[in-house]
Amino acid sequence: MKAADAIDAVWRIESARLIAGLARIVGDVGLAEDLAQDALVAALEQWPESGVPDNPGAWLMATAKHRAIDHLRRRKMQDTKHEHLGRELEERQVSPESDLVEAIDDQVGDDLLSLIFTACHPVLSTDARVALTLRLVGGLTTDEIARAFLVPKATIQQRIVRAKRTLAAARVPFEVPRGADLASRLESVLEVIYLIFNEGYSATAGADWVRPALCEDAVRLGRILAELAPEEAEVHGLVALMEIQASRIRARVGPGGAPILLLEQDRGRWDHLLIGRGLAALERAESLAGGYGPYALQAAIAACHARARNAEETDWPRIVALYDALAQLTPSPVIELNRAVALGMAFGPAAGLEVIDTIRSDPSLAGYHLLPSVRGDLLAKLGRFDEARAELAKAAALTQNARERELLIKKREAL
Amino acid sequence: MRFLVMVKANKDSEAGVLPDETMLTEMGKFNDELVKAGVMLAGEGLHPSSKGVRIGYAGNKRTVRDGPFTETKELVAGFWVWQTKNKAEALEWAKRIPFRNGEEVEIRQVFEAEDFGAEFTPELRKQEERQRAAIEQNKQRSGK
Repeated sequence: MKAADAIDAVWRIESARLIAGLARIVGDVGLAEDLAQDALVAALEQWPESGVPDNPGAWLMATAKHRAIDHLRRRKMQDTKHEHLGRELEERQVSPESDLVEAIDDQVGDDLLSLIFTACHPVLSTDARVALTLRLVGGLTTDEIARAFLVPKATIQQRIVRAKRTLAAARVPFEVPRGADLASRLESVLEVIYLIFNEGYSATAGADWVRPALCEDAVRLGRILAELAPEEAEVHGLVALMEIQASRIRARVGPGGAPILLLEQDRGRWDHLLIGRGLAALERAESLAGGYGPYALQAAIAACHARARNAEETDWPRIVALYDALAQLTPSPVIELNRAVALGMAFGPAAGLEVIDTIRSDPSLAGYHLLPSVRGDLLAKLGRFDEARAELAKAAALTQNARERELLIKKREAL
Repeated sequence: MRFLVMVKANKDSEAGVLPDETMLTEMGKFNDELVKAGVMLAGEGLHPSSKGVRIGYAGNKRTVRDGPFTETKELVAGFWVWQTKNKAEALEWAKRIPFRNGEEVEIRQVFEAEDFGAEFTPELRKQEERQRAAIEQNKQRSGK
């Protein structure tokens, strides 16, 4: 294997810890990443000659730390008015270098959490949070992020540069939020991770229905977070949801890349290793105070499907009950729509249609292809084929995913 | 991507000698790192091959042979399943396994859905079989 590949791999494993440790010293994630990148450049220059050191993470940290100290000293000398920086240098005993490394090692967990919370800070746009999280926490290159989201590399680059600037300008402290702040900030983190997952799981645009690599990145971020914040029930809920959904990726894509919907999937192709992990994560969520949040509820619904050996054995009444709970916790027309599907399965298509017709004119669902798609299915089951065909045609016109459109057109033609 | 990381057997593992406390502690720490990095999907140790069995297949014939098996280096004593971004990352993690007594580890990539071309999906294979059967029927019907 080439040295460059080995260095890439070390970077992927070490970069988040490295950036997080440095950010705590210099108080700025942008600067921390620059310092870490400098260390990476040094590695790229030296390792092909000298070989990869036995402890590459420590090497990178030591190199970056030297640069951080230089940087802080320079800043201190250049601008004596920056008293707090000088004080920081004293307080943190930056000069005895071994102490510094130990201090960094002790706080790795907290630093990583701070890094995640900073990358997902509400001061940033959602796009920026996603890019920054993948880059700083996931260790992805700009190129990889651009490819995953089908946008030019320059767009991602700009997004990241601007995001770092915004964080610096807003003087966002590098820390784990405490108290009342924690809940809302954690929500933002979970939202970002699930957004990344969903972009991979049912791509909103492009020719492919799924992009599994992006799902893997998201699940991995979730697993990392679950170990950093093991007391947070919703983190485990989100991990459970992603693991169970990811277990179906193989079964979701048919020949030629066409999507296969949940109830038509060959359950033998589900990934039982991931299902087991998902159910275990759900148990962890259920055992914690706070219990069922929105992610854990969605995971519990996914678990109903995962436990059923075939579509007929699905516990639809339980799914309806879980959707009822979800609708109370986070009322939304989209959840109502899903509840309608479950009702239709549990108590017949008329029951589902009744709920759908209460949300049909909701403006937030205008343009949402799943509304006519679901309504069309229910109408077809009631034998109202003309209306069903009209709804499926509407749905096909609304979806932006080429694969999904084909599926809807095919369904319509089969009626 | 997923990798099966196999730990090869040696005289000790085949004799059922369990790792000492130092090794267990170090391995526990290493596994902890894997979990914290979201890399470890599964990991297990295996009983010696003396408790194993081999089955050979030839037509309808099955030949069953009880362990132990002799080629120690070819045997597996334990395994992990890791999810990493690529092979280089799996290799980098493998270098960090706290072995130092001549152990050997083998890394193999697990097939993913996208490794098969579309023509290898079971749906398509079934479809092809149906088509072939239909062609045969037509041939028979037309008397050819």
